[in-house]
Amino acid sequence: MNILEVEHVGFQADNRQILNDINFTVADQEVVTISGPSGSGKSTLVRIIATLQSRTAGEITYNGKSIDSYDPIEYRREVSYCFQQPTLFGDTVRDNLKFPYDIRNQAFDEQHAQNALQSVDLAANYLDKQITELSGGERQRVALLRNVMFPPRILILDEVTAGLDETNKHIVHQMMQRFNQDDKITMLIITHDQEEMDSAKRLITIENGQLKGDENRE
Amino acid sequence: MNNLAISNTSLAMAAGLVLVALFIGYRERLGIDRDMVIGVIRAVIQLFLVGYLLRYVIKVDSIILTVVLMLIIIFNAGYNAMKRSQGIPHTFWISVGAIFISTTVAVGTMVLTHALRFIPAQMIPITGMMASQSMVAIGLCYRNLNSNFHDERQQVLEKLSLGGTVKQSSMHIIRESIKTGMQPTVDATKTMGIVALPGMMSGMIFAGVNPVYAIKYQIMVTFMLLAATSLGSFLAVYWSYKGFYNNKAQLTLPEAKK
Repeated sequence: MNILEVEHVGFQADNRQILNDINFTVADQEVVTISGPSGSGKSTLVRIIATLQSRTAGEITYNGKSIDSYDPIEYRREVSYCFQQPTLFGDTVRDNLKFPYDIRNQAFDEQHAQNALQSVDLAANYLDKQITELSGGERQRVALLRNVMFPPRILILDEVTAGLDETNKHIVHQMMQRFNQDDKITMLIITHDQEEMDSAKRLITIENGQLKGDENRE
Repeated sequence: MNNLAISNTSLAMAAGLVLVALFIGYRERLGIDRDMVIGVIRAVIQLFLVGYLLRYVIKVDSIILTVVLMLIIIFNAGYNAMKRSQGIPHTFWISVGAIFISTTVAVGTMVLTHALRFIPAQMIPITGMMASQSMVAIGLCYRNLNSNFHDERQQVLEKLSLGGTVKQSSMHIIRESIKTGMQPTVDATKTMGIVALPGMMSGMIFAGVNPVYAIKYQIMVTFMLLAATSLGSFLAVYWSYKGFYNNKAQLTLPEAKK
């Protein structure tokens, strides 16, 4: 069953066509890699899917219903978007992993947070570490964990491995794999990384705001 | 009790001091000579008009006229606060509402406790003090909201993308903005009597009132100002931050700042 259907989606801003007639569907638990040159409209497309901005044409269906019919807050808890070079909140790692609990008015599950940290090669005592003391790779891992403290149905990753060294990249790849296989999360991954493109099971290419290729390699 | 005897000649001579400011502006090429001249002329005309108006209103002593003047002060303060909002929607009514409530609460409490009497000689100056301080606080809040929603745009977007409500995603900016609005009043409170003798107290002492008596009034005004600026900032920020979002809970920065 398709969890996401993108039909004839377009986006225009200041008389400039950023996206034009984009069509594709995503099956439940599928991993879709989206690639294309800088400025081709990839980030705009996924921000539209994440409802952080609105399309100017076409329709997007999530779980059989138009994304416009959902409460945007509830929708974003199911379709979560992680930014390239994310900002960490507050002072400590705890402030970040606690945020998903706070917005749901739930008590922070410290044990769960510690387990999550350990699963990405960060010690449990990182919970009270100052965010200013984290390396780039550690920051990215914490940001990713923030998106999955309550696993979403779809996780959108916008060049989250850009600028990471090989070790951190490898850890993030393992995280992605676990999110998909263990947590059954559908993944949309934007990347410029050749290795990630080569290993993609399905690769969508966007150029000049248009869908240039949709290759299923399985 | 009236020690004040300033003749028109003395006033004209005091105007000579403006030349000092003009000279500095001219010498340093600050480009503010024109503004300064217009400012001085406006201040003189406005103050004379207000002086004669107040003399009339105090003489007539009508409740309706007093209330009308208080409302004019509040609307004017609201309009000026709105001008600092740089495109945040609905800020005229938000500012008027926030200044009206904050001023009414501060002044009303003092009237109810009989610390002040509802007579024009007391109501109009005290309303002016509360409304102008609230106006400055609200203007600062708007400026802070604008710059923070701009500078911390990504953090807000990330909070939204994690499923935070508009309020949850803006909370750090809301708190910071209210604090910014209140800060000058809090700072002034801390240094009161050490760095500066406040205007009202100085005025009373000038007029020959016993300084201890003047201080009591100043303490009351300080408490009122703290209440008015905190309430004004709080209301204006909570009513205006939603102007940075559309009805789809998307961040849309006001046009003027884009």
